[in-house]
Amino acid sequence: MSVMAERRAGAKQRRAGMSLRPAATLTLLCLLAALAGTALVALTVGAAGIPLARLPAALGLWADSAANPLLARDQLVVWSIRIPRIAAAAMVGGLLAVSGAIMQGLFRNPLADPALVGVSSGGAFAAAAAIVFTDSHLGGSLRFLQNQLLPIAAFAGSLVTTIVLYGIASRGGRTSIAIFLLAGLAIAAIANAGIGLLVFVADDRQLRNITFWMLGSLSGATWTKLSALAPVLAAALIACLSIARGLDVLVLGEAEAFHSGVDVERLKRISIVLVSAMTGVAVSVCGVVGFVGILVPHLLRLVIGPAHRLLLPASALLGAILLVGADTVARTIVAPAEMPIGILTAAIGAPFFLAMLLRQRGLVSL
Amino acid sequence: MSTLLEAQSVSMTVGGAKLVDAVSLQIDAGEMVAIVGPNGAGKSTLLRMLSGDLRPSRGAIRLRQRDLHAYGPRELAQRRAMLSQHINVTFPFTVEEIVRMGAGESPRAVTRALVEAALDEVGLSHFRFRQLPTLSGGEQQRAHFARVLVQLACGEALHGPGLLLLDEPTSSLDLRHQIDLVETARRRAARGTAVIAILHDLNLAMRFADRILLLHRGRLAADGDRTAAMQADTLRKIFEIDVTIQYTGAGVPFLLPQTMRPASQAT
Repeated sequence: MSVMAERRAGAKQRRAGMSLRPAATLTLLCLLAALAGTALVALTVGAAGIPLARLPAALGLWADSAANPLLARDQLVVWSIRIPRIAAAAMVGGLLAVSGAIMQGLFRNPLADPALVGVSSGGAFAAAAAIVFTDSHLGGSLRFLQNQLLPIAAFAGSLVTTIVLYGIASRGGRTSIAIFLLAGLAIAAIANAGIGLLVFVADDRQLRNITFWMLGSLSGATWTKLSALAPVLAAALIACLSIARGLDVLVLGEAEAFHSGVDVERLKRISIVLVSAMTGVAVSVCGVVGFVGILVPHLLRLVIGPAHRLLLPASALLGAILLVGADTVARTIVAPAEMPIGILTAAIGAPFFLAMLLRQRGLVSL
Repeated sequence: MSTLLEAQSVSMTVGGAKLVDAVSLQIDAGEMVAIVGPNGAGKSTLLRMLSGDLRPSRGAIRLRQRDLHAYGPRELAQRRAMLSQHINVTFPFTVEEIVRMGAGESPRAVTRALVEAALDEVGLSHFRFRQLPTLSGGEQQRAHFARVLVQLACGEALHGPGLLLLDEPTSSLDLRHQIDLVETARRRAARGTAVIAILHDLNLAMRFADRILLLHRGRLAADGDRTAAMQADTLRKIFEIDVTIQYTGAGVPFLLPQTMRPASQAT
């Protein structure tokens, strides 16, 4: 395995404190190829198995097999269920990983993650509130508005949470890691209490919707939801490249970034809006999926280094790979039932986070 | 030489306490100025105001006859470079990546030679691929100095002589590297850069600065060349320690602390 070999070589260099970075284009091409491979596997497995041989026909690449009775079913499964779901998983994974990477750059703290510090919970709380509110206050004729309202509510919830968190954790241009994590914990607790209250007042139908948000699942992916995700992802990725250098220099601290010519206030505003928009939209599609934002950028920094111009697009790709893979496992491991993907990412991510915390014990001082 | 930086009666008040009190000064291009004074005298606050980082509560600062706060962050960075104290880098950037940050958005082809030269000047060429957080405090300080040198060079290529501000640049350095650093700063001054450095080592200040600003309780207690600014009486009063000033064979003054007791009891 070349990746393993690369990791081992990387680890050796790290022990010596040396860093040689692989070429940017090569990294992105490898990640793209891996994403295509993962998506291909995800297309073929599931409740209705579609072997690789039948896949081209199912995709409609050639239509000479009209006699095949399985074709119609295959095409339905692939086009209405699997492709939207895989695309949603890829986009959500990309959004979560990039928003994690931006948040870590903004707080100069590799332990930041939108789900961990309550930004996702804030979004989920606002989404749950929107479900309960629209259900009881909008007439049946207006209920279709719910679909439009949810991403906006989730974004607003995430935005408020991020701003409050930044206000608490950073003082005089410095961000305290301990205060940041503890404040995030408290904010997540407040948001979760709010969700609990909504669960308490919700009726059965609302309850099902809210539970979906709390556990996280991609089963609700449709072409309509994809159309909300895609523009946000595209806009965010373009915006990311404009803040990449600023985030690099921000590692020196706010004062030093200003001395280096970075408009720090503008950079912070853009970053906060980006993190909130990306997390909010991801939450509105699949609920709270944690640890992608912390796992992906950290793994990448070990191999390609911390420079954001490469880290951000690479995070989008690896995040997509991770979530497509995790979703495939989630929908096959207990088939025909389906495991909420949030449980799966937490099961992988939480021990990893603990391991990181142990390695960095020196950095976290109260 | 033309006036590069001009501060008119600048004050900084935080929560009722006057950290800097009506300081006026003019710095010319090519001058090397040391700011000295006891802890809490307002040296860093003054320097941060001169860098545009802090806005004075009263008074005005002009860089090349233009109000400091009329410059955007990038415009300002092309005309003044500043090295802060205590920079803590949490991500594993390499020394070279950190130094290249000084070049801003300039294309790599243009800045490669500048980065090389700066790494060479601070003696870190062999550490270029090392991750900054794995280096010692002094080595990190030198890497940041190299970054600031690159920023200064990029700006000076565009707009002529710039302003170099250094906040205790020698605090973590061994003796040899302290001398290396101030000599590097002197070379910049010889080429027209205005250098202002906070130094705690009064002998280093006397040896290398054209001019010394002595700051005491936020006020400018003395401003002049080393003999004018460093009077034994003034130093005794301000640093509350008995000192004598002696001269080397070449006539360079140096300072000898005599006792740790306050001057009032030392007589």
